[in-house]
Amino acid sequence: MKHNSFFRRYLGIPYIIYLVLFVVMPLFVLIYYAFTGRDGSFTVKNFIGFFTQSNTLGTLFYSVVLAFTTTVVCLLVAYPVAYILATSSLKKKSVILMAFVMPMWINFTLRITALKEILTLIEHNLAFHPFINSVIGMTYDFLPFMIMPIYNVIMGIDKSLTEAAGDLGASTLQSFTKVVLPLSVPGIISGVTMVFLPSMTNYVVLDMLYNSTYIMGSLIGSYFSAYDWHNGSMISIVLLVIILLMTALTGKKDGKGDGKKKEAYV
Amino acid sequence: MAKKMIKILVLLAALSFMYLPIGILAVYSFTDSTTIGAIRGLSLDNYITLFTTPELRDMIVGTFALALLSAIIATFLGTLGAIGSFYSKRVVKNTMNSINNIPIVNADVVTGFSICVLLIIVVGMNKDTFIPLVIGHVTLCAPFVYTSVIPKLKQMDNSLYEAALDLGASSTKALTKVVIPQIIPGIISGFMLAITLSLDDYFITTYTKPASFDTVSTYVVNATRGSQTSIKTALWALSTIIFVLVIIFVIVMNITAGKSEEE
Repeated sequence: MKHNSFFRRYLGIPYIIYLVLFVVMPLFVLIYYAFTGRDGSFTVKNFIGFFTQSNTLGTLFYSVVLAFTTTVVCLLVAYPVAYILATSSLKKKSVILMAFVMPMWINFTLRITALKEILTLIEHNLAFHPFINSVIGMTYDFLPFMIMPIYNVIMGIDKSLTEAAGDLGASTLQSFTKVVLPLSVPGIISGVTMVFLPSMTNYVVLDMLYNSTYIMGSLIGSYFSAYDWHNGSMISIVLLVIILLMTALTGKKDGKGDGKKKEAYV
Repeated sequence: MAKKMIKILVLLAALSFMYLPIGILAVYSFTDSTTIGAIRGLSLDNYITLFTTPELRDMIVGTFALALLSAIIATFLGTLGAIGSFYSKRVVKNTMNSINNIPIVNADVVTGFSICVLLIIVVGMNKDTFIPLVIGHVTLCAPFVYTSVIPKLKQMDNSLYEAALDLGASSTKALTKVVIPQIIPGIISGFMLAITLSLDDYFITTYTKPASFDTVSTYVVNATRGSQTSIKTALWALSTIIFVLVIIFVIVMNITAGKSEEE
């Protein structure tokens, strides 16, 4: 028997090699490039540069504000939708839910093109409202990522809990704020991480809406175009640290760390 | 009653926010207008341009070929990885889970940039070989296959595998005839997810693709910067076709899902 479980274990080897080569190695390369100069010698210039230049710090600040606003807007739209869907007695619940997920199967650049045409019709010149347009664009793009985890969590709440709250004299509002809302926090957290991070990095949404504002992702894009691998790596490392901090902070409350994006698709 | 109306209105408002832009664009794709506004006349020019311009055709075929190839490799690697990890010691399993999670939580921009720096700058690989592009897409997709397969392995009845061996099946045969059939739903959903992710990707593609190759994402982004209106409106037609295909797919899924529930 021992021999057989050995065989099955070996099946994982190609993927282990793949992960080491193309997931772990690139990270080490990023760290190496972030802390070396063009001549290949060790330097902390890129690191200090990031925290002393006003444009990089300004971009970081702007990204956080934009991502925060987008996340709040997404949450304000997604929570009622998820709640109504999860608690409704509609027969075709799964079909309506599907309707909210479906747009994700249409290429996001095509969807943003559509949004751009509509916004142009309304505003005439998109350049005048860069911040609002970015929030609309990102919300349009990431909304399903917020709806799905919240819907799943509310669906999982034991119905007898709200019934018990009602029996014990709680009003509908009270049973919502005291029972449903606290229990749906894991879904909210999972949705927040799925919206917040892309909102800091998906600079194509801004580019396509004729935006001249910069977010963290745009910095990587412009260093890539300028063949500046060292500063590009530095920005990547900063983003990676933010991402790891966020996952570490939310991972515990979320309960499950894996397949976050996946949850939204299936 | 009023409460129910409000609920339905909220759902409708959210749905129209998501569908109005695509819907309006779909209507305009059948006209000769170049901007959303007054409709001048109906025309199928956009669809004719879409199917007769070689550049557009190559881009669409290329996007799907890339998605299919990357999804196949990712499904193969991810599935075997999940089986291997499932039967490994706790330390190996936990390490694999953690590393597998990195591309999932990481921003695509960072994943794409890091693979570009490693393969193109450090190793000196030629972008035109398509190897960096495929590796990039597999790195994006395989972790999702892995996470789709693991839960199915946990649900699997392990004694069946042991029984197959006791009855004289070889390890390979027990794997293909007993284990794989039990986890196939996870493999299929992982594969579908891989296709979706690859089709939707922009960042990893930009950082690793050959200069002359474009996927739908990179092509659309370049087209919005460019000034060729015939190309721009042909993309409206593409968006409409994908929209219709997705709707058909969802309807078919719903019908088959409904049937299997009845059984």
